[in-house]
Order: sequence, then structure tokens, then C-alpha cells
Amino acid sequence: MANLKALRGRISSVKSTQKITKAMNMVAAAKLRRAQDAVEASRPYAVRMERVIGTLASGMAGRDDAPALLAGTGNDQKHLVIVATAERGLCGGFNTNIVKAARAKIADLQQSGKDVQILCVGRKGRDALRRQYGSLIIETIEFAGVRNIGFEHAQPVAQKVLAMYEDGAFDVCHLVYSKFESVLAQVPTVAQLIPAQVADADAVEQPDLDGAVYTYEPDEEDILRALLPRNVAVQIFKALLENGASEQGARMTAMDNATRNAGDMIDKLTLIYNRQRQAAITTELIEIISGAEAL
Amino acid sequence: MADRIQFELVSPARLLTSMEVDMIVVPGTEGDFAVLPGHMPVVSTLRPGAVDVFVGGTDKPSERFFVAGGFAEVALDTFTVLAETAIPMGDLDRSHLEQEIANTREDIEDARSDEDRQASEERLSQLEDMLNSLAEFTRV
Repeated sequence: MANLKALRGRISSVKSTQKITKAMNMVAAAKLRRAQDAVEASRPYAVRMERVIGTLASGMAGRDDAPALLAGTGNDQKHLVIVATAERGLCGGFNTNIVKAARAKIADLQQSGKDVQILCVGRKGRDALRRQYGSLIIETIEFAGVRNIGFEHAQPVAQKVLAMYEDGAFDVCHLVYSKFESVLAQVPTVAQLIPAQVADADAVEQPDLDGAVYTYEPDEEDILRALLPRNVAVQIFKALLENGASEQGARMTAMDNATRNAGDMIDKLTLIYNRQRQAAITTELIEIISGAEAL
Repeated sequence: MADRIQFELVSPARLLTSMEVDMIVVPGTEGDFAVLPGHMPVVSTLRPGAVDVFVGGTDKPSERFFVAGGFAEVALDTFTVLAETAIPMGDLDRSHLEQEIANTREDIEDARSDEDRQASEERLSQLEDMLNSLAEFTRV
């Protein structure tokens, strides 16, 4: 029989765990709101960017002199996979799901005989991929200690990727991150970053120009050349923000579950504790009564 | 045709301002240009400089923003500036900027790697652009 003192100890330890998970849940909820606002606030820029690039790109499609960022290098042998994860754990399946999606993509590419390189953004992704694909990881960019992801954090990543592209280090670049659908649903997503995936010009909502046509200054080509590298940074920034919101959403759900489980456990332990205490009392009573009867 | 134009200044992180204005002057790559209501649709890249916003028929800009490059889109009575960095001129401080420039110059000299040096040099040119447009602004 587990003694009463040990039981009391366990109950109090589960109680303090519950307090921690509850606090983490509330912190995640507050951070989630901020992260969601950030995602929301970044949308106008991305939407307009996409629209302008969509319009321009449809005019450039099929031309030989289209920028490499749009048309590709003409090869698809060397692939770069950017894996964006969180810096911290304790957020349910968030990191695992991203890594799983990345693994599937990498395995897929390797099976079709491509060369794969991995760029990790976030410590957790590197930790998880190191064992299997350690030799493929070229670099890890960490955002430890960064509270709010800003555009200035996305830019160095983009610059690194663009510099590598110019050096011919890879032909195709994919970005793996977690898309924020809702607090309950975060969808690991693999998006192609380079060459740019452009939404069909017809699919993009165009402003009503009353039949007028855009004038471009300087010409279309130069604008497109200036915009495409910027678009890479914007895409990475967007992914980091979505990741941030997803992470907090996942952590909130995970911590909510943990708090509930701790509650269940406390209930169960308390029941056992009470039963044993009662059993001890009953035994003592029986001893006293039978002692009295024997006299 | 409306007699005012809807002006929006957007950075990657957020929508900085959205208002109805009379005229905007922006630093296009091929020269500054002004946008009035009813301007024809234009897409232009921007060089670092000042964006002037005119409201209420005055000669002086009622608001000024520093933008570090980006692009502008005019579509029937809406004008959107997409800038990577945009700071209201009022938030820039001359002595502070000069201090920053001095610091960055030192950084360039102390830079250990080419990467560091390049980053510092970029920062320096951005700061100098800021200072220049601030100098222009205070002269107005």
C-alpha cells in the first residue's frame, strides 16, 4: 500500500505542474493575440505585392530574358529546403509536424535523385533533422531571444538565400512552415519560394481602372527585377509570422490539454488518498473495538 | 472624379497610414513626381527619400515620411506606397542621426568580416539618406 505521505507529495507536485501549464496557457493566449495581429497587419503589403508581381509576371511569361528568380535557372537538380520552426518546445505537435512535412519533402526529392540542402530557421528544426540529415544542413539561423519577429529579421535570411541563388548553389527553393488556420488548426505547408510561384493574373483581384492601363516607371522588366528579391523577403517574413501565430496557438492547445490532464490526475489521486485514509481509520477502529471486546 | 485621393503607406509589418489627401510627392527612381486626384495608373519604384503629403490646399507638406526605397502604385484615386522602412519625419532627430552615422562609420572600420562591413555600409547610406531628407525638410 502506497503510504499516505507519498500520495500527498504526488498530489502537491501535480498541482504545481498544473499551475505552470495554466500560466503557460495564458501567456500563449496573450502572445497569440499579438501574433495574430501581426499576421493581419502584414497582409496589405503582401496582397499588393502579389498583385503587382502577378500583373507584371504574366506579361513576362515565356520570354527568354525573364529574370532568373521568376523563370528559374533552367535546371532543377539542386534543391534548397528552408525549414522554419520554433525556438522552443512544449507546443504540442507544432515542431514535429513541420519537421515531418520537411522530411517527406526531402525524402521525395532525394528519391527522384536531386541534391538537397537544408537551411534551418529555428533551433528545434535543426535539432530534429540533425540526426538524419546532419550533413545536408548548411546553416541554422536562430531567433533566440527575439520577442517580436520584425521584417528586419526576415531580411538577412532572404539576403542569404538570394546570395546563394546568385552563386548557383541551388536551382529551386522550398520553404516549410506552419500555416495558421485557427487556434486549433495549424497546417504544415511546403511553399515554393524560388522560382517565384506567381498567382495567375486573372485570379488576382485587379483594381478597377476604368479601362486605363498601368504605366511603368522604369519599365516593367526593371520593376520586376527590383520586386522579385523583395518578394522573397516578404514571403519569408510572412512565413515567420504565420509560424509565430501557429506556435502560440499550438502551445495554447497543448497547455490547455495538459492543465486538464493534471486536473484529472489530481482528482484520481485525491480519490485514492481519501480511500486509503478511510481504510486506515477503519482498521484502527476495528483494532480498538476488538481490543475492547477481548477484555 | 473625386477631388481627393486615398493615400496608403504600407510597410511589410503594418499599414502605417491611410488618409484622404490633396496631393502627394514621392521620390521615384527616375525623378520625383507628384500625384493629384485623377492621375493615370502608374507603378514606379522609389529611391530613398521623402514622401510629402499635402492636405488642405496649403503649400507646405502637412506630413512627411522618410522611405528607404520601395514602390508606389497609383490606381484611380487610390495611391499606395509600399516601403520597406517608413518613418514619419517628425520622429527623426538630427543630433541622434549624426551620432548614429558616426557610430556606423566606426563599425565599418572595426568590421571583422566583409559581411559585417557590407551591412554597416548599407546602414550608413540609409542613415545618410535620412539625414539628407531631414535637412531638406527643415529648410522648407
